[in-house]
Amino acid sequence: MFWTTTKRVARYGFIGFLRNGFVSLAAVLIMTITLFVSSALLIAGAALDATLQQLVEKVDVNVYFTLEASEDQVMEVKRQLEGLPEVASVEYTSREAALAEFRERHKNEASTIQALDQLSANPLGASLAIRAKETSQYESIAKFLSDKQEGGSLISKVNFYQNKAAIDRLSNIIETSRTLGIAIAIFLAGASILIAFNTIRLAIYTSRDEIGVMNLVGASHWYVRGPFMIAGILYGLIAGIVVLLVLYPFTAWIGPASERFFGSFNVFDYYVGNFGSLLLSILGLGIALGAISSYLAVRRYLRN
Amino acid sequence: MIYFDRVTKLYQGGVPAVHDITLSIDPGEFVSIVGHSGAGKTTLLKMLFAEIFPTEGSVFFGSREIAGLSAKELLELRRNIGTIFQDFRLLPTKNIFENVAFAMEVSGKEDEDIQADVPHVLELVGLAEKMWNFPHELSGGEQQRVAIARAIVNQPDVLIADEPTGNLDPLNTHDVVEILKKVNNLGTTVLLTTHNKSVVDSIKKRVVTLDQGKIVRDDKEGKYHVV
Repeated sequence: MFWTTTKRVARYGFIGFLRNGFVSLAAVLIMTITLFVSSALLIAGAALDATLQQLVEKVDVNVYFTLEASEDQVMEVKRQLEGLPEVASVEYTSREAALAEFRERHKNEASTIQALDQLSANPLGASLAIRAKETSQYESIAKFLSDKQEGGSLISKVNFYQNKAAIDRLSNIIETSRTLGIAIAIFLAGASILIAFNTIRLAIYTSRDEIGVMNLVGASHWYVRGPFMIAGILYGLIAGIVVLLVLYPFTAWIGPASERFFGSFNVFDYYVGNFGSLLLSILGLGIALGAISSYLAVRRYLRN
Repeated sequence: MIYFDRVTKLYQGGVPAVHDITLSIDPGEFVSIVGHSGAGKTTLLKMLFAEIFPTEGSVFFGSREIAGLSAKELLELRRNIGTIFQDFRLLPTKNIFENVAFAMEVSGKEDEDIQADVPHVLELVGLAEKMWNFPHELSGGEQQRVAIARAIVNQPDVLIADEPTGNLDPLNTHDVVEILKKVNNLGTTVLLTTHNKSVVDSIKKRVVTLDQGKIVRDDKEGKYHVV
């Protein structure tokens, strides 16, 4: 009985979709636009995230140690820093490495190298480059370090305070962009979902007399609703497939431009690299939107 | 089998559509309900298949009061009552076969039974050849015959025909009435509302006359008689 009913509902869903060709076409078109907007938002969100992440990665705090600090002492500080929850990574640069780096950086400036050669010992101290998980956390890390600085005098300099203004500003920009991005995404997604929902409601409005007749001959609510939900799912599925197909040439076309705009984020690479999750989210959204809209639209015309 | 017990129905505004009606109908009867527009004929029928419920009084189908039925039992009730209307009410996106089959499908009949019964009942109403046509490809009389086929395919206990001939020419009217008589002869209770004098007079069965929501005549073998 259950199987027979399911089979009949599915069959009428497909038949209804085909026989109401024009209405179906309109619903699929609107749904395509909705899903296209949603996937564009998804990709734009990823682009924004990647760009912000890049900016975040450019920020770090450097601690310079005095010449007297031994490697063991520096490593001890490194260990303590790594124990802090805010710290993402700590990179150690030894005195020798610092010197080599200095020479490399100034290799074209003969006078500097000459001056360096005059010195009997390595004038550079070891340093640690600290990266926090969030830009807003540098403040507390810097505080931890300056507390340490007061205790002993191993640390000669923490460069956070020089960069504080820039880091704070970047922090603000990132926060604002995220909030703004989410707000715009919610607004656009909400608007397009409402439009898709209304289109399906109109499609079902044309069938309201039919639903009345089905009630009259004693069809159960699920029996009436089922075929409309199947048709709604088909709208979403087809629209989703269309969007996925259209996105391929579209992202390939704007790929180079996106790379220039966002720094290193290429939407085409993103599309290809995340095809699986894009497929799931676009088809999932389409199917859910179609099914839920149909469910709600039919409910208006059902009666006991 | 059908019993209206002191039934009153008020629509919004408090005007009674039917007022204090008591009416009993036995199994296998053919009852014509006549009266002017607005006399309360359709209201009476709607209360039988639970499209509306009485404001006062009770409607019984068999031994059960309709207002006391659960949602599931209401579906059963509607599957047990065939309905025909002036405007046919076919499903426009389904062909004739599917329209009739739909009534069997919703009551959970097997595919084999549907394949066997639908052509049979379409033959009964003389439309076996138009089985694969869509409603809009049929004339009014033919559409009404499809509606009858759909109404009787589940072999209901009661057939309700609300102005079934209102949109039909005399020839089609005659056909529809003949089919209703045939259905009644097979044992189904038939409730017919109509304006059409010649229809009522040709049936020669019980006639209930309504006026302003009240029963003014109830004749065993009556004629059309509107005051």
